[in-house]
Amino acid sequence: MTHSIMLVESLGVQNWTYILVGVTFAIYIGIAIWSRASSTQEFYVAGGGVSPLANGMATAADWMSAASFISMAGIISFAGYDGAVYLMGWTGGYVLLALLLAPYLRKFGKFTVPDFIGDRYYSKTARLVAVFCALLVSFTYVAGQMRGVGIVFSRFLEVDINTGVIIGMLIVLFYAVLGGMKGITYTQVAQYCVLIFAFMVPAIFISIQMTGNPIPQLGFGSELADGSGTYLLDKLDGLSTELGFAEYTEGSKSLIDVFAITLALMVGTAGLPHVIVRFFTVKRVKDARKSAGIALLLIAILYTAAPAVAVFARTNMIETVSNQPYANVPGWFKKWETTGLIAFTDKNNDGLIQYVADASKNELVIDRDIMVLANPEIANLPDWVIALVAAGGLAAALSTAAGLLLVISSSVSHDLIKKILKPTISEKGELVAARLSAVGAVCVAGYFGINPPGFVAAVVALAFGLAAASFFPAIILGIFYKRMNKEGAIAGMVVGITAMLLYMIKYKLGWFDNVLPDKSDWWFGISPEGFGTIAMILNFIVSIVIMKFTPEPPKDVQEIVENIRIPSGAGGATH
Amino acid sequence: MTKSNAKAYWKENIRYVLILLLVWFLVSYGAGIIFKDALNNIKIGGFKLGFWFAQQGAMYVFVILIFVYVRLMNKLDKKYGYDA
Repeated sequence: MTHSIMLVESLGVQNWTYILVGVTFAIYIGIAIWSRASSTQEFYVAGGGVSPLANGMATAADWMSAASFISMAGIISFAGYDGAVYLMGWTGGYVLLALLLAPYLRKFGKFTVPDFIGDRYYSKTARLVAVFCALLVSFTYVAGQMRGVGIVFSRFLEVDINTGVIIGMLIVLFYAVLGGMKGITYTQVAQYCVLIFAFMVPAIFISIQMTGNPIPQLGFGSELADGSGTYLLDKLDGLSTELGFAEYTEGSKSLIDVFAITLALMVGTAGLPHVIVRFFTVKRVKDARKSAGIALLLIAILYTAAPAVAVFARTNMIETVSNQPYANVPGWFKKWETTGLIAFTDKNNDGLIQYVADASKNELVIDRDIMVLANPEIANLPDWVIALVAAGGLAAALSTAAGLLLVISSSVSHDLIKKILKPTISEKGELVAARLSAVGAVCVAGYFGINPPGFVAAVVALAFGLAAASFFPAIILGIFYKRMNKEGAIAGMVVGITAMLLYMIKYKLGWFDNVLPDKSDWWFGISPEGFGTIAMILNFIVSIVIMKFTPEPPKDVQEIVENIRIPSGAGGATH
Repeated sequence: MTKSNAKAYWKENIRYVLILLLVWFLVSYGAGIIFKDALNNIKIGGFKLGFWFAQQGAMYVFVILIFVYVRLMNKLDKKYGYDA
């Protein structure tokens, strides 16, 4: 054995993690310095000259958050078929985005989503409502990201979670404040490369191990590599029912709820301000369409691999621990036990681990995040692969956080200060305001990352419902229904977001009743996660009814609508 | 002339969008959710078909749909002289 291999092997997970995280952070900072923003146009929309490929990569990184990277495969591995709501929900929204929103918003040529709402509905009130919705959606989302950064740091580098959050804040602060959208775009391109590599390498390794097929998307539908001739999925279905769980490929949610959640997530995705603004950064309308396609292609690489990882990890996990003596568990089990993510209590004192569906007999509690974080260790992959997962998780969390912070800062400096409070502000003054709001937003996000209110985790998933209930109908009607006026749009947004908030508070947080109401109380059997669909329909109905009784929009606004429907002549964004 | 040109362009655009969204709906809500149980009786390799649509197939079709839309619209832009 040569010396270099010895050296590589003796480095250990810890040092590999320092090296990989250090190198990727140095790259992000280097890009930030190279791509400083010098005008508000560069700060808000990267000068409007980003190529479709770069924008597609940036959108993909912007989109895939700590939740996509760390938690999604784990959620699926516990939910089985039901996990499809996230897979279809978080990808199908891009079809809506590409066909119904992105090209028209690009032609419209402004900086922010409230910009569109404010101009299309010729109203400061509409703009204010939109700013409120954008801030609400973005803050609930960003708090979760900062927490994700802290968790990755603490698990892999054994620093305190809070120290991790602060390191993450400083990095994001540096490139978001310096570079604005321009800096964020090019760091996100790098972050996409890091996160997709980090996700796919372990997935490919494990797919080869278990099925002999190097493509995970095919591997989880293949026969096992042990020569038994059994399909992996059949085996997992068997293991699941043996332990008392639902059959993996069947799931247990009701059809209407699966339907509603999927639709809420799709429509919410298409209405998320930090995703929409990415399409303001390309040059032409045709580039906006194309980059939506590239973004979804790049996202789908991870999203189609995630259900495969879920199956591999679940099968591996059950096989490794189920009915095994606790004394013989592998090293990773002990290591993750100390983090509290795995907990074993020997209820019947037989020294064996009983992992079963029946809660009174089950002895093992597994946090779903482990399925991605510990997956390489469970499969005995080399140290550098384990370290890679840490770098990938950080890339995913940081890229999303930066995109959200930009939406928050531009909502404040552009929509609130420039368009409402102080229209006389100079270009230079607005740029300073934008940077200061970014600093403020990072501090607030960091605060929530360090002191997470108990409801953050519960609420992050609902950011989609909020976006679906507020922006999506207002934007769609603004483009496809010339007659839609400000009265209708404002009433629709207010009713939609209020309904969503109330349902969420009642059925997700339980603040109205002191206890969380039972599932049987849900309207039409629809969970809070799926209620965005109902709130969106309410928004559409209210908008259209109110519009029928109020005057039609002024002629010049109707001309704007006709103009955004034609793709040619999309200039740079203007004030 | 330009007004009627714009109108005809918009009409064709809407037709494309509706057809593509129909496919979008059929592969996800149709094959992946509503008809999942029926499709699960068919197996392709180790995959039950309904499960495969929900966790794989729908996503592949989504990607294809956007690229088909890009192609159709680029052609349409040219036809109506909006590709400048």
